[in-house]
Amino acid sequence: MPAETSTRVVQVKVKRYQPDQSAKPFWQEYRVEAEGNDRLLDVLNKIKWEQDGTLTYRRSCAHGVCGSDAMRVNGRNRLACKLLVNDLGARISVEPMLGFPVIRDLVVDMDPFFAKYEKIKPYLINDEPEPRTERQQSPEQRERYDETTKCILCGACTGSCPSVWANAEWVGPASIVNAHRFIFDSRDRGGAERLQILSDRTGVWRCRTIFNCSEACPRGIPVTDAIEEVKRAIMYGTTDIA
Amino acid sequence: MNYHKFDVVIVGAGGAGLMSAMQLAHNSSIAVISKLYPTRSHTGAAQGGVAAALGNQEEDNWKWHMFDTVKGGDYLVDQDAAAILTREAIDAVYELEHWGLPFNRTEDGKIDQRRFGGHSRNFGEGPVRRSCYAADRTGHMILQTMYQQSVKNQVRFFNEYMMLDLLINDGQACGVVALCLRDGSIHTFHAKAIVLATGGYGRAWRITSNALACTGDGMAVAYRRGIPLEDMEMYQFHPTGLYKVGILLSEAARGEGAYLLNSEGERFCVRYAPTMEELAPRDMVSRFIYDEIAAGRGIDGKDYVYLSVAHLGKEKIDAKLPDITDFARNYLGVEPYYEPVPIQPTAHYAMGGIPTDIEGRVVVDEHNTVLPGLYAAGEVACVSVHGANRLGTNSLVDLIVFGRRAGKHIAAKWLPEADFAPLPNAPDAFATEMVESLLARGKNGANGKNSQNGKGTGETQEALRADLRDSMMENVGVVRDEQRLTAQLARVVELKQRWRNLRLMDTSRTFNTELMEVVELGNLIECAEATVAGALARKESRGAHYRTDYPKRDDVNFLKHTLAYRTEHVGEPELRYKPVVITEFEPKERKY
Repeated sequence: MPAETSTRVVQVKVKRYQPDQSAKPFWQEYRVEAEGNDRLLDVLNKIKWEQDGTLTYRRSCAHGVCGSDAMRVNGRNRLACKLLVNDLGARISVEPMLGFPVIRDLVVDMDPFFAKYEKIKPYLINDEPEPRTERQQSPEQRERYDETTKCILCGACTGSCPSVWANAEWVGPASIVNAHRFIFDSRDRGGAERLQILSDRTGVWRCRTIFNCSEACPRGIPVTDAIEEVKRAIMYGTTDIA
Repeated sequence: MNYHKFDVVIVGAGGAGLMSAMQLAHNSSIAVISKLYPTRSHTGAAQGGVAAALGNQEEDNWKWHMFDTVKGGDYLVDQDAAAILTREAIDAVYELEHWGLPFNRTEDGKIDQRRFGGHSRNFGEGPVRRSCYAADRTGHMILQTMYQQSVKNQVRFFNEYMMLDLLINDGQACGVVALCLRDGSIHTFHAKAIVLATGGYGRAWRITSNALACTGDGMAVAYRRGIPLEDMEMYQFHPTGLYKVGILLSEAARGEGAYLLNSEGERFCVRYAPTMEELAPRDMVSRFIYDEIAAGRGIDGKDYVYLSVAHLGKEKIDAKLPDITDFARNYLGVEPYYEPVPIQPTAHYAMGGIPTDIEGRVVVDEHNTVLPGLYAAGEVACVSVHGANRLGTNSLVDLIVFGRRAGKHIAAKWLPEADFAPLPNAPDAFATEMVESLLARGKNGANGKNSQNGKGTGETQEALRADLRDSMMENVGVVRDEQRLTAQLARVVELKQRWRNLRLMDTSRTFNTELMEVVELGNLIECAEATVAGALARKESRGAHYRTDYPKRDDVNFLKHTLAYRTEHVGEPELRYKPVVITEFEPKERKY
């Protein structure tokens, strides 16, 4: 039985940036009635639709699978559609993710993020002739890279990484997660190329195992572990490692 | 004017759009315009699987799949298209696997398959394992895989560009006009071929599984330009949406053995569908739930029932249904390991849409006259392979098969002979006027009186949105009748009028999402008009369209497709009809 929850007033403090009006970001507070089961995204929609149409953010699926609404909530990167008011308390602070250029309010420029993703050749590489049916893969081989197939490219990990904040050139955790997805896929033949790319100065070695990425991932991917596996693959020159 | 010229412009970057792009990327100049970053597309929310008669787990045959598709669609399916859908599904699934899609595997290393609603062996004898899947995130894997291939093939994307208009000149489609969200600029794309792959319009209903972006943009833009919409009254309610939230809990749960329970703890589906039980088609299961609730057997007398997965055990739940059980935990605070999950039918899928032939070409009348240069694929289109009710997993099949066919037809048949049709004069006039008048209404208020920026008088979008969604839910839901549909048509007229007077609070040109939402709301109302008019005229019950005043299917008068054309008279689209293509399965009563 779903818990009935009472309506309450929550205070939402949003770090805003309205480039048409001012070059400086500013904080704005909204008070809004919400139920405990409301998502933070519902709260933002309520503000936008009922109080202030200029409040700007991305959103689409509203249940944590499309990755549009990653933002910094009470100091941590989260998806606004996966957080419930019940879990956030009566005072909520919302900011755009760090480490990305801000376009307006909570909307950040994702183009550099996707450019880094493209750098690691995020597609199956295998020039062998295709069989008439499927390529074979055992359940164990399939399981080997299962975690990293879950990535929705929301950017929460990359935007929470101090090494990314310090060096915009670094590929960042999301790219490595997607490299891992192919490096450990038994059907892929591009592992060596990707390991080469990731072993240079903008590659995996800038990871300082801070674990912010793993904590931020809304899909529960053990991001830091995946990065460590890629590091070990580079060190030992093989993906055949535990 | 911002002018771009490409051989092919594809609008929408979900499964259908990207599948088309893959066929064209090697040897023509193409652009994909998308309202969202491609990986945000709603294909990514599909859960359960993609059907193909691979026969990896038990004997299967694409003819059986075809029969199930036709029968599931309550015989409104065009059978030539269903044959292509089910036959080509097999190659399309292997193609996805070759591109790297991480399907679950059988012990001997093949693609694993599981049961799904309405899919049977040997023409209805019992359930069959036909759905190829990747846990309960098959759509996510398809979308990611296709986007990966787009990166590999260096497809040119215009991300966060929203289509506002379609250009037709000299009887040929020649371009689209789009709004760049980032800076509010208007862009004209000139092309020899255009593929509309913009998805559905579930946001017209209050309880829906659809993303906020699913606002019928492609349908509305085409409808405004005189292209008919086909069978829009056929709108699917998925039986198992999370109570109040509408988020989908895949049929895969029932495919793995979950069942539905009423307030008496009874597995009521058995009573209605003794052979397929919980795996009867979606329209029927949604009605079973509706009837249980109407009979007072909803949980606590309310408008929901239970989906129980607990008996499957933790291990199976975690291996096969991890995401959907997380949704129950996260959004309802229910632990599916031990507790049943409250569910209710949720607006899910448009069987109707822009009419096309089996090559994906848009056809504009009852004689299937092709509009040269224009293609549509995926949920925005109506081939029609889903008829009056789509089977689970067949949406993903539709995307990959007909997205592929559209792309292949353009590459092999259309581009070699086609030229650029000239653009009409002032091609962006309609789109520019729409945007400028909306922004001006923000500044001045609906009545044109000067006032402070954003402080004009007049209604803002929220009340209108709520009225549309609530009234569609009430009047055009699982169960319909003359009275409700007549009331809703009047409501649509009123909503259109109110839309014209809406006031924006945001007048900026930088990433103005309120502007986007208001345009989307206008698109939803256009889709609603065609839906309600078609439903009112269809005086029978077939598939998802169930009328209490005409509870029987009427093949004599209504074994035909509706075509709704927009007219100058609001609320009065012109309705025409075209015959259903029947090749081998004569209509019979549906029993499961």
